[in-house]
Amino acid sequence: VSAAAEKPGYVGAPVKRREDRALLTGRGTYVDNMAPAGTLSMVVARSPYAHARVKSISLDAARGAEGVVAVFSAADLQDDWKAAMPCAWPVTEDMKNPPHYPLTDVARYQGDGVAVVIAETRAQAKDAAELVEVDWEPLDALVDVGKALEDGAALAHPDLETNECYVWRLDTDATGQAIDDAEVVVTRRYYQPRLIPNAIEPRAVLAVPGPAGELTLYAATQIPHILRLLVAATLGMSETKLRVVAPDVGGGFGSKLDVYAEDLLAVALARRLGRPVKWTEERSENYVATIHGRDFVTEYTLAATKDGTITHCRARVTAAMGAYLQLVTPGIPLLGAWIYAGPYAIPNYSVEFTGVFTNTTPTDAYRGAGRPEATYVIERTMDALADELGMDRVELRRKNFIKEFPATIGSGLTIDSGDYVASLDKLLDHLDLDSLRAEQSKRRENGAAKQLGVGFSTYNEMCGLAPSRILGAIRYAAGGWEQATIRYLPTGSVQVITGTSPHGQGHETSWAQIVADQLGCDMDAVEVLHGDTSVSHAGLDTYGSRSLPVGGVALTYAADKVIDKARQIVAHQLEVSSDDLEYAKGTFAVKGSPDKEMTLAAAAWAAFAAHDLPDGMEPGLEATATYDPPNFSWPGGAHAAVVEVDTETGDARLVRYVAIDDVGSVVNPLIVDGQVHGGITQGISTALFEEGSYDETGSLETANLLTYLVPSAAELPSYELDRTESPSPTNPLGVKGVGETGTIAAAPAVMNAVLDAVSHLGVKDIQMPATPERVWRAIQEAKA
Amino acid sequence: VIPARFDYDVAESVDHAIELLGAGGGDAKLLAGGHSLVPALKLRIARPSKLVDIGRLSELSYVKDDGTHVAIGALTRHATVAADGTLAEHCPIVSFTAGQIGDPQVRHRGTLGGTLAHGDPASDMPAVMLALGAELVARGKGGERVIPATEFFTGVFETALAPDEVLVEARVPKLAASTGWSYMKANRRAQDWATVGVAALVHRDNGSIAGASIGLVNMGATPLRGKAAEDALAGGASAADAAMLVTEGAEPPSDFAGSSEYRAHLAQVMARRALEQALGD
Repeated sequence: VSAAAEKPGYVGAPVKRREDRALLTGRGTYVDNMAPAGTLSMVVARSPYAHARVKSISLDAARGAEGVVAVFSAADLQDDWKAAMPCAWPVTEDMKNPPHYPLTDVARYQGDGVAVVIAETRAQAKDAAELVEVDWEPLDALVDVGKALEDGAALAHPDLETNECYVWRLDTDATGQAIDDAEVVVTRRYYQPRLIPNAIEPRAVLAVPGPAGELTLYAATQIPHILRLLVAATLGMSETKLRVVAPDVGGGFGSKLDVYAEDLLAVALARRLGRPVKWTEERSENYVATIHGRDFVTEYTLAATKDGTITHCRARVTAAMGAYLQLVTPGIPLLGAWIYAGPYAIPNYSVEFTGVFTNTTPTDAYRGAGRPEATYVIERTMDALADELGMDRVELRRKNFIKEFPATIGSGLTIDSGDYVASLDKLLDHLDLDSLRAEQSKRRENGAAKQLGVGFSTYNEMCGLAPSRILGAIRYAAGGWEQATIRYLPTGSVQVITGTSPHGQGHETSWAQIVADQLGCDMDAVEVLHGDTSVSHAGLDTYGSRSLPVGGVALTYAADKVIDKARQIVAHQLEVSSDDLEYAKGTFAVKGSPDKEMTLAAAAWAAFAAHDLPDGMEPGLEATATYDPPNFSWPGGAHAAVVEVDTETGDARLVRYVAIDDVGSVVNPLIVDGQVHGGITQGISTALFEEGSYDETGSLETANLLTYLVPSAAELPSYELDRTESPSPTNPLGVKGVGETGTIAAAPAVMNAVLDAVSHLGVKDIQMPATPERVWRAIQEAKA
Repeated sequence: VIPARFDYDVAESVDHAIELLGAGGGDAKLLAGGHSLVPALKLRIARPSKLVDIGRLSELSYVKDDGTHVAIGALTRHATVAADGTLAEHCPIVSFTAGQIGDPQVRHRGTLGGTLAHGDPASDMPAVMLALGAELVARGKGGERVIPATEFFTGVFETALAPDEVLVEARVPKLAASTGWSYMKANRRAQDWATVGVAALVHRDNGSIAGASIGLVNMGATPLRGKAAEDALAGGASAADAAMLVTEGAEPPSDFAGSSEYRAHLAQVMARRALEQALGD
């Protein structure tokens, strides 16, 4: 046994992120740090109105301002666009998709761009943008998603004569039996507020034209590959002339999974002017110019027998698209369409989504995308059903859990693996529910101002986007595969090229762990390259918790190919049959001849020197694998929140948060915990803090970090995390994806806890987020 | 994040600052810690033609025992005020409240004079100064004048300071050891301005309540005194009963943090709790 074989594996170990040293010491490279010689600054002049026609626009004053190079209106640039801005997911054949362009002369939301200023400096461009004079004709604006389909509602797009974008249905009601005939039926209506993503790095693009018509676009994006394809298509450029680079990217949460007006403007203007053009979003600009999330009205029904066996679930959703369809806007509800039964075995299943246009910033993927929206209504309604049945809320969940895996569920898909009972049991072990209930009873009896509440959320989700055939079947324009290349270099170091595009996830670390284990080399010998279309030729980027279960799995298949080729080389050089070679941790040994062995590194040198390779074999030790997953992956788990509600002020504070997640096998527990922490925080924030709101004219009231409340560590307890592990049988790593679980699970746990704290006062519902005033009013109304 | 254009001057002394302000055409602004002004500049809400930076006038950073009162220089940072031993001994409500402002970054840059001169009714310290009956010292071309806190705050972001005056000092009374005090605020996030805040002082004379003073944060255009509640408490009412009167004369705003009605309710709850704490109940 060689020394290498003794070495413990990296996979499963809490390896510190190799990315962090540079990022934490301020030596990362973000787009805004880049300033090639001659770079011009771009600022977009935006509509202050939610819906208004440009009667006339005067650019003279702006053009005459100091440092200004050029100013363009929508009309000036119309010939630059070969296509309207892309939507890749026409969810139905008759979906309405009014074309939109990077600049407009009819603003459909506050922040819609009407002119663009290019100047030598950012301050000059900003000053000049204030000089763009627009004579506006304000039009009626439709803001409220819940009123979009009412008679006489204002129309976001009057030409369409309706605000309806599409209706999409999935109905697998096996019995055809009317839901209302069930013994117990609970229907609840929920509004899930508009959320505004706040990546720590705002969006930024820098377009650098080359001398021969080529152009490099540096972008703070999650999707360099998709961006290249769609920028090229929209501008009529050859893909070969466009290189997209995503350097260090400071978070995305879905908000950088899009093709934005500014991306297209920067490229178009860099080509026109022959100089680099840079645009960096201002924080307050982020609130209107970057996509929003959620804004769902959902009516959700659970039907059950008197003994608590759930027989039907039904969701009717009205989802705000915003003013236009961005890259995957209409598909967001569909990402949750198959999980409206949650982790429960519910045979009869029906969902109906109605997408509607509103005069608001477009919505699109925001962490969880479709699945938090489903889980919230399921878990809130599970509590309501338990109360209706007079059953314990935990026991109702346990009774209805899917218990056999793989499981084909009511919506028609198959869950790969899981153990929801184990997660729940582990949660209860950590929670000490009896003590909490005793403390709660004591406080209720004492009439204490601060009441205690415990809330549960048992969930599952589908991620690892996605099997290409299924994406095709649901009309998504592209596939869901991922590509990886591994090059074993002659000196023993390993280059890994991945099509995933990390923006905080730590792929450089996790990918090196996976490859080093498989190739039996030192992690430090593995370099991971990503985020540059000239290096990583093919990929479908990072979103939907796909990177590890698709991109990470592609790595393992590429490593298999490298090992297979090396095996042929080793067999040739040792003059044995390849079947007689045993491979372990970087070394091939000859069965029965323990002294005869050759390392992978030696094979790499032999492949490079090419002095003595098998006949017909190409030199070099390099392989590429493209992996298309056969199924989604299906994490699940059980979360509980403990809150204290000040019944006099309405202030709800989280006291404890316990999360048991099952994300399959774990490559790096530190990174997984980090993802869970961040995800939970976003879910808690949805329940207690964040709420994007417009006034009735469509003016965003929460347009900065002062009024749109993103919590800090000071408002949150330390989380108590643990895991159960049900490896996914559909991939050799057994992994499932962890990017979104916390966000999916947390909001209903917290809301259920808040309601539990005040349920004895007669409160049955509180609009999310549970602001102090809402909680106080709910208590006053229950008293009245 | 890009402010409109402005001129920038560094003051070498208070008199120099006064001279620069006078030459600034009326809309020059003093820059101290910058934690209210700079965000307003970046959002282009504030567009002064000139900034006069007084951040280097170290002679304005001090806390001294002046016999009957404690004098605090206007450029003293909140963190310094929070950690000051003289204040902890003689006027602990000031040092405690300074420790409640914003977050550590704000407290290490923001100054006492800045938060008072900014005149934001949602800030913590103005209401405390009002409850204490503090005196504020302004210096202008004609020399110094002393402005009682009751006359200093004149409106939202408005104070009694003339455009070319510099706030140089706050004088807070030494409290008797028997004086009970409390500062409480309700906010959603630690770094937020108070939705409502209440400063309460209860003065005792031989063990019985001789009087009370209550300062209210974010209950009107300026920090307010809860006179009716003070009088009720001095007249023998319970903290709970007195607190119900705290909203008399208040005109609480409605905004993203809460409606006017909710703020009024919150002020009553907070006032009761603050009075109970000040009374040592």
